[in-house]
Amino acid sequence: MDNIKNRIYNFASENKVVILFVLLCIGGIYASGSPLTFVASELFTRIGRNGFMVLALLIPVLAGMGLNFGITVGAIAAQIAVFWVVYWGFEGITGFLLCLLMATPIAIFFGFLVGKLFNKMKGAEMIAGMVLGYFSEGLYLLFFLFIIGGVIPVYNDRLIITGGVGVKNTIDLAGNIKYSLDTVPMLTIIEILFFIIVISTIIKIVFNKVKETGLSFKKDLIILGVGAIVYALSFIPSIEAFLSTDRLLLLHAVIIGLVALVLMQIWYIIKNRFILKDMDYSMKKPIALIVLAAILYGLTYIKAIEEILLYVNLPVTTYLCIVALCMFNSMIIRTRIGQNMRTVGQSRVVANSAGIDVDKTRIIAMIISTVLACWGQLIYLQNIGTFSTYGAHTQVSLFAIASLLVGGASVQKATNKQAIIGVILFHTLFIVAPQAGKEIFNNAQLGEYFRVFIAYGVIAVSLAMHAWKTNIRPIDDTKKPARLKGQKA
Amino acid sequence: MTDKLKNMYASIGLPRLIITCFFLIMLLMAPPLGLSITSLLGDSIRRWAMYGLLVLAMVPAVKCGIGLNFGISLGIVGGLFGATAVIELGITNPWLAMLAAMLIGLFVGSLLGIGYGLLLNKVKGSEMTVSTYVGFSVIAFMNMIWLTLPFKDGNLIWPIGQQGMRNTISLEGSFGLVLNNFLDFNIGDLHIPTGLILFFLLTCFAVFIFMKSKAGIAMSAAGANPTFSKASGINVDKMRVLGTAISTALAAVGIITYAQSYGFLQLYNAPLMMGFHSVAAVLIGGASLKDAKISHVIIGTFLFQGILTVALPVVNKILPEGNLSDVIRIIISNGIILYALSKTKGGSK
Repeated sequence: MDNIKNRIYNFASENKVVILFVLLCIGGIYASGSPLTFVASELFTRIGRNGFMVLALLIPVLAGMGLNFGITVGAIAAQIAVFWVVYWGFEGITGFLLCLLMATPIAIFFGFLVGKLFNKMKGAEMIAGMVLGYFSEGLYLLFFLFIIGGVIPVYNDRLIITGGVGVKNTIDLAGNIKYSLDTVPMLTIIEILFFIIVISTIIKIVFNKVKETGLSFKKDLIILGVGAIVYALSFIPSIEAFLSTDRLLLLHAVIIGLVALVLMQIWYIIKNRFILKDMDYSMKKPIALIVLAAILYGLTYIKAIEEILLYVNLPVTTYLCIVALCMFNSMIIRTRIGQNMRTVGQSRVVANSAGIDVDKTRIIAMIISTVLACWGQLIYLQNIGTFSTYGAHTQVSLFAIASLLVGGASVQKATNKQAIIGVILFHTLFIVAPQAGKEIFNNAQLGEYFRVFIAYGVIAVSLAMHAWKTNIRPIDDTKKPARLKGQKA
Repeated sequence: MTDKLKNMYASIGLPRLIITCFFLIMLLMAPPLGLSITSLLGDSIRRWAMYGLLVLAMVPAVKCGIGLNFGISLGIVGGLFGATAVIELGITNPWLAMLAAMLIGLFVGSLLGIGYGLLLNKVKGSEMTVSTYVGFSVIAFMNMIWLTLPFKDGNLIWPIGQQGMRNTISLEGSFGLVLNNFLDFNIGDLHIPTGLILFFLLTCFAVFIFMKSKAGIAMSAAGANPTFSKASGINVDKMRVLGTAISTALAAVGIITYAQSYGFLQLYNAPLMMGFHSVAAVLIGGASLKDAKISHVIIGTFLFQGILTVALPVVNKILPEGNLSDVIRIIISNGIILYALSKTKGGSK
């Protein structure tokens, strides 16, 4: 009995931030009186829009550089590219890919500079990142208000302020790159993936043959076969019709996810029990997961849940990008550079004496983060559809970092899971706060101020807690500061 | 000789040199463009004294060891609260109103400053990071308060809805320009707001006296070398709280001086970045993360505000579009903070 009590206590104290915000969200939804279908569809739009940016924060945390307030710089790189692509008049996915192609080198260069700068102020990266964000904003203003049109001749009535110098306040992306990524049909993705698999496998086989590594290519052939079967399946008319859309009904997404989960667990059981003949293998976990999947499937028949599931449509490609980034984040830890980053994050002195080039590793971490932030901003802009030239980047770091922290992350540790939970909770609060403010205090503005306060407040509390913990760690790590909030306000 | 020059260069520092040159160039460019130097200088002087106290708030903070105080927003909201309360109370005598506003501001500012100082004692080593976001969240928190305070005066609240305070509140019927107009005189078109300047210099002097007092010296020692001070019997934590409280209280008085000179109170998000501007000004004057003197405040505020006042009309003559002055302010203020950070922290390990 005590054991369970302890476990519950531990769970609660480890996840207190998440629990607090779950309660706040539930209260907010209840108070706002907004229909759940509305909240859910808004929420899934926002996850697609902002998720990538939040996930871009994880690698600097791994490398011990704290929360990367410098992602503003990545967003700026993206916006420079978007302006030129719109100016040149490219449209649709071509325009988007061109943005990507143009923004990435800029972001790499910016990331390199940021990394260099942060190496000059180790231990003060966060404050430096904040100030750097404002500083680069100043340079960005200079570029967009005076250099474009003033120094670089640009003629376009739609983009340039009357008078010929400076870019207009808002640029309408509808008709050029709005929804360009969101509307890529699933079929195209499957085709592209198929060709990537074919080419990479063939290269692998040829490589093994030429080098005479003696590796059997049976496995490669199986992969090719599976790929071909999946690709062939997509030619069946009914499947083709299903795949040629760009949105996936949430219900279908849930079912696909559950089926994949069950198939994976069955494969684990078969692999361990019958192929490897490992009789000690415990079947408890996979069976529990299968039962859970079945229960979840049962839940989809509940009226309220079914309504939401039938109401929400996911932009598949954007979500796949987010999933890919999650996989990238968890994979990079297993590579050599990821291990280096972790060592550097834990102790620069140890890393240095182990022969790791600390400065280089930190610069690489910053480059990766900046490039990812740049892509995240591209995804954000193509989804939101209007590019507010002087406002789109200003609160990027604030909202992304607040989201991550709401998910229970800290300055030293942040995971994919925390990022996703954080985005969900933070944006739920964002959606319902104005309406809740209106219902409770008869003032929608109050709700808006409240959500901004939450964003700033959660960062302040988390930074303070981090500093507090690092100060008292030698004596006691488990005692939690209790008076923090009162002192601040 | 070259050594001497090099030493001088090292003590002035590259950014200060650039900024001073920039200021002088702007000033020299004014007459050919048809602008009057004296009126530009007059403006610079007025803004120098107007912002001075907010910058002065950095001195006790740096001296007591908490570093550059990005969290002066706490004091600023205290001062704003004092000013709005005075209008609500209906005090119409300008001097009395200003005095009352300052007293309320001082009281609220010191209280907040003590709490804030206690918090900063828990987060030694990352005060600046924490204080930036504490400052931001206080402003965001006060946004909600401004919207819900049960004040009734017609000058304060929106005429429609009868709820929530206005974004800008005119001080015409209260203490607006009371210091500026005290003993002021004109030399040609150079307007000297004597009262404002006197008040600024007097406060500087008061802080200077305090720094030379026993408590002030103990505070500086606690900031400069905590371990040594502890050994000689100084309560370091208490001194840090004292410095933070003084800094916050100065900011409260500072925002009232600022508002009376400007003629308006600005609520909501207007003071969000004021901490950054004050930090930038004191750094331009020659301060570092470890040391700040009153001379740094006086020189830095004049250079920073001078550039902004002179650059705006000069640049507008050359480039009529857009607001380059604002852009310059953002670049200079954040650039100098970055420079100061890169000078202090670092190392190869």
